Amino acid sequence: MAKIIVVTSGKGGVGKTTTSAAFATGLALRGYKTVVIDFDVGLRNLDLIMGCERRVVYDFINLINHESNLSQTLIRDKRVDNLYVLPASQTRDKDALSQEGVERVLNELKEEGFDYIICDSPAGIEHGAHMALYYADEALIVTNPEVSSVRDSDRILGLLASKSKRAVDGDEPVKEHLLVTRYDPNRVKEGAMLSTDDIVDILGIKLIGAIPESEAVLAASNSGVPVILQEKEDAGQAYTDVVSRYLGEDVPMRFLTPEKKGLFKRLLG
Amino acid sequence: MGLLDYFSSQRKKNNASVAKERLQIVIAHERSRRSHAFLPKLQQELLDVIRKYIPIEDDQVKLDIERDGECEVLELNITLPEESARG
Repeated sequence: MAKIIVVTSGKGGVGKTTTSAAFATGLALRGYKTVVIDFDVGLRNLDLIMGCERRVVYDFINLINHESNLSQTLIRDKRVDNLYVLPASQTRDKDALSQEGVERVLNELKEEGFDYIICDSPAGIEHGAHMALYYADEALIVTNPEVSSVRDSDRILGLLASKSKRAVDGDEPVKEHLLVTRYDPNRVKEGAMLSTDDIVDILGIKLIGAIPESEAVLAASNSGVPVILQEKEDAGQAYTDVVSRYLGEDVPMRFLTPEKKGLFKRLLG
Repeated sequence: MGLLDYFSSQRKKNNASVAKERLQIVIAHERSRRSHAFLPKLQQELLDVIRKYIPIEDDQVKLDIERDGECEVLELNITLPEESARG
């Protein structure tokens, strides 16, 4: 049975699309048939982060409006087996994202045998964000260690608990995972940045990992390669850990404390 | 770490604890407001019921929730009109 996972945050620019791309790629690398859907209708960007922007022919809204079928619309990733991208429309209005349409497409994807359906939510708490989280079984809450991001994440937790289909139907609640991104252990140590423990205390959900602030993330988006494929980079490794933890493996947290500098680095840096 | 860096990092110290405190307060407040989203509807329904028996204005029914330590107190205030008090 397919699992629907929403990647959401409320606040913009915290790393939802980077996370969606990395997480979906990580699941596919582990052999699960995975699709990642861009719910940001009007502001398509997942295609760029996944590096498939020149292969977009049809989009999510075409699919909803019966203007294309699944096999015409899904973009198969050229690097990783089992990985597909469903791009957002760039020209349409977000109201084109009808609830019935979204449900039908999700059901078609389930019938197609997908194991994981990753929904990359737009920022905000408007219609697009609501649609992205409505059918979710689980949620990755992407949060920066910064006050406005943490507060917005709490708003989103409120929506998951009241406006998701699971909440409306009175089913078991959406399972929430906290992912802290742009984490800087040095500043945390100085007391200048909220720690993962602080954020867990405030939000009251379980931490699935922290992604260190890293140049690799920008480099990866520049070249359209999900950062999880950068195996030598800290951010790539951190995402790999997140996927393992999600799949139930006991992987100790990394990147939470400052890297020990060697004498040479200490003298220079 | 240079001397200047040392002092500037001392100055920044505990910023995070300030952030945590502020967030805990504002989020607790917002969560309690969210969990009381039913208040306006409850107020309207109470009004409708009372109006079956007593003619009252909208502002004569007041609902409030106050926190008292671990407890929450729902305070309901109904002001009766002069005539009904006499009758």
